[in-house]
Amino acid sequence: MDDKKRNEAYNNYVKAKIPKTRPWPSLFNSFWIGGVICCLGQGINDLIMLAFPNMAEQTAWTYTLVALIFLASFLTGIGVYDRIGKFAGGGSIVPITGFSNSITSPALEFKNEGIIYGMCVKMFTIAGPVIVIGIIASILVGLVYLFI
Amino acid sequence: MYYLWAFLIGGLICMIGELLIIKTNITSARILVTFVLVGVALEAFGIFDPISEFARAGINVPIVGFGASLAKGAIGAVKARGLIGAFTGGLEATAAGIAAAVGFAFLFGLIFKARTKK
Repeated sequence: MDDKKRNEAYNNYVKAKIPKTRPWPSLFNSFWIGGVICCLGQGINDLIMLAFPNMAEQTAWTYTLVALIFLASFLTGIGVYDRIGKFAGGGSIVPITGFSNSITSPALEFKNEGIIYGMCVKMFTIAGPVIVIGIIASILVGLVYLFI
Repeated sequence: MYYLWAFLIGGLICMIGELLIIKTNITSARILVTFVLVGVALEAFGIFDPISEFARAGINVPIVGFGASLAKGAIGAVKARGLIGAFTGGLEATAAGIAAAVGFAFLFGLIFKARTKK
């Protein structure tokens, strides 16, 4: 009984402490920054296609994504990406650059706990579930397509 | 012209992500998982390619594109090689992205120091 009351009080406390983001500016920021990141990807893709006209489209997209991942990882390393993230919210999380950031960021943060148990383990705190769920979903889709 | 579409669609997807964050306070891991699953579903139902035709980077750069290539790889491999394709296809198609993300994270993790959060 006391537990219930205490939990309720705690929940109210948490609710009061959660920083209030004003919805409209943050929605607008995530919109245009997400859009700019996508345009950046399109630009890289066009440059690759221009430089290597014979490359298959799929391969060019793979290079584009690798380039964006490199860029985001580097920007995370020098501390710029997190500053963008504070401002852009979803605009910096949802693009593939956010996936890259989610691996590099804990790698940096837990380096002082050692290379193996710090960096290598903590790298996947956010990306792990994404990869696991992604693989399971792809297996299921493959199985469904096998039988239809 | 397709830059405008890339901007609009990409921006829209990111805004939906931000909306989810504001409305439900969900963590970024769940955001990423949700959008990967959306991508897998779009590809599985054949909706991804028609959108990708005009949105290009707008849907390929968001993590939705990662989910779509997981599904696309699995479907293609199943058609080419049968049952084993369901297990090889997804990772084959996304191997470059995962390897790049892990490799660069390791490299820059070694090079740079963590910033203390203020």
